[in-house]
Amino acid sequence: MKFILKILKDFPAYLWSGWGAIASIFLFIACWDVGNQIYGDLVLPAPLETFKTLALMLQDDSVWEQIDITLYRAFMGFAISLVFGSILGLLAGFFATASMMSRPIVTILVGMPPIAWIVLAMIWFGMGDETVIFTVVVASFPIIFVGALQGTRTLEDNLKEMGESFNLPWHMKFMDIYFPHIFSYVFPAWVSGLGMSWKIVVMAELLATSDGIGASLAVARSQLDTPTALALVVIMIGSLMFIEYIILEPIKREVELWRD
Amino acid sequence: MERLEVSKLNHHFGFTEILRDINFNLEKGQVLSVVGPSGGGKTTLLHLCADLLDVEEGSVKNSFVTSSFAFQEGRLLPWKNVIDNISLGLIAKGIKRKIATQMSQDIALKFGLEEDDFDKFPKDLSGGMKQRVSFARALVVKPSLLFLDEPFSALDIGLKQELQSILIDMIDKKEITILFITHDIMEAIRLSDKILLLEADPGHIVKEFDYILPQKERDDKFVYEETAKILQDETVINTFELNITL
Ligand SMILES: Nc1ncnc2c1ncn2[C@@H]1O[C@H](COP(=O)(O)OP(=O)(O)O)[C@@H](O)[C@H]1O
Ligand SMILES: [Mg+2]
Repeated sequence: MKFILKILKDFPAYLWSGWGAIASIFLFIACWDVGNQIYGDLVLPAPLETFKTLALMLQDDSVWEQIDITLYRAFMGFAISLVFGSILGLLAGFFATASMMSRPIVTILVGMPPIAWIVLAMIWFGMGDETVIFTVVVASFPIIFVGALQGTRTLEDNLKEMGESFNLPWHMKFMDIYFPHIFSYVFPAWVSGLGMSWKIVVMAELLATSDGIGASLAVARSQLDTPTALALVVIMIGSLMFIEYIILEPIKREVELWRD
Repeated sequence: MERLEVSKLNHHFGFTEILRDINFNLEKGQVLSVVGPSGGGKTTLLHLCADLLDVEEGSVKNSFVTSSFAFQEGRLLPWKNVIDNISLGLIAKGIKRKIATQMSQDIALKFGLEEDDFDKFPKDLSGGMKQRVSFARALVVKPSLLFLDEPFSALDIGLKQELQSILIDMIDKKEITILFITHDIMEAIRLSDKILLLEADPGHIVKEFDYILPQKERDDKFVYEETAKILQDETVINTFELNITL
């Protein structure tokens, strides 16, 4: 509770430090406008037109429906990865054999291009939620798994011994010695896993479903409706930036205050 | 009666013999120092006595009711600030957080830390400050037996003497028993009832020195004289590979 209050208290200062980021976003939009003037409306619609299209779209309930569908898939996939990746990673970290055995599997999961997974998933699950969720899980699971694994593998004997010398009861050993260390590895992994989920969900939808943001993007492409396509991209990037910079980054800062 | 009994203690790491045939007793209220060159196995010996390492050969019998340990490298929790680090042992003993914090703040001030430092994380502390925090954490629980592993090595002289005089007060009141490890002979002479000289490769005890004069009454002159005496000893010169001509 105290912790949440501290995050909220430091929030305005954090926002204030974001001016540089906002300036760079505006610079990006300016470049975009230059691109529009060079290549014309069909290839790259002007930012203003894109944002107008976006505003119109956001008033439309059916667009929100698509966003909801995509959100549901991304979060289902992410949640499954989060739970299983964290638990299995922690377990694997505690046993040397398990962590050795899991390495090649992780390499396969990380190394296999998501597009290949999508194809396989389409064969296995057909077109629909399962395919998308499966692909999201496969892409974000290894990131979280490796984070949790490294968190447990890097626990220091020195601090364990210190805890024993002061006869810490088991719940203190866990909360004061193991948890903060492991969390400092797992939390950044969750953040990257979430970003990955959000990217993959759209890609999987584009290829394997008839609804969701990804599918809308496919429709916009087939109709050469570039403003709508760009507006959808803005929705995706905007929501990712919101989650990352407004929600996760302030938490991460508080959590990692003690780090160098 | 509380006591620590070490007999016929040997220790190996892999195939390397680290300690050979260590024997000593530490009685309640005594201060016993183990002095020797670095790498001689002093830390290993202390860890064996504190049950942080498993005894392989020989025996360590510890009947002290409570004990605590100040580690050579501090071993602070990097995610806890100064006060929360110091109060760790108190909280583990079930003392209420408010009281524990108060006790920790008091001892921190006594150990030369400032109020500004209380909220700092270990990464923002100097080596000497970390040692003070680690030392405070070990002392604040008022252990019956205190294990000290070169607790003053990163401190400057003034602070070193201040902390030593805090210990000397406690020794004088018979509040504490100390197993003390150092490579600083003067420090050992100032604080100890008995000094064991540990020679390296493998670590074994080559000589004992006893000091009767109460710690409170030892002045600089006493320390210098006794140090000079010890440094003339053939065994000491060989142990530390000293090249001094007195
Ligand atoms: N955990 C360990 N595993 C293997 N060798 C060790 C370990 N700890 C210490 N040693 C070795 O034991 C010897 C004695 O170390 P230590 O007890 O730390 O000496 P001191 O405290 O006197 O400097 C050193 O050679 C050191 O490298
Ligand atoms: Mg040592």
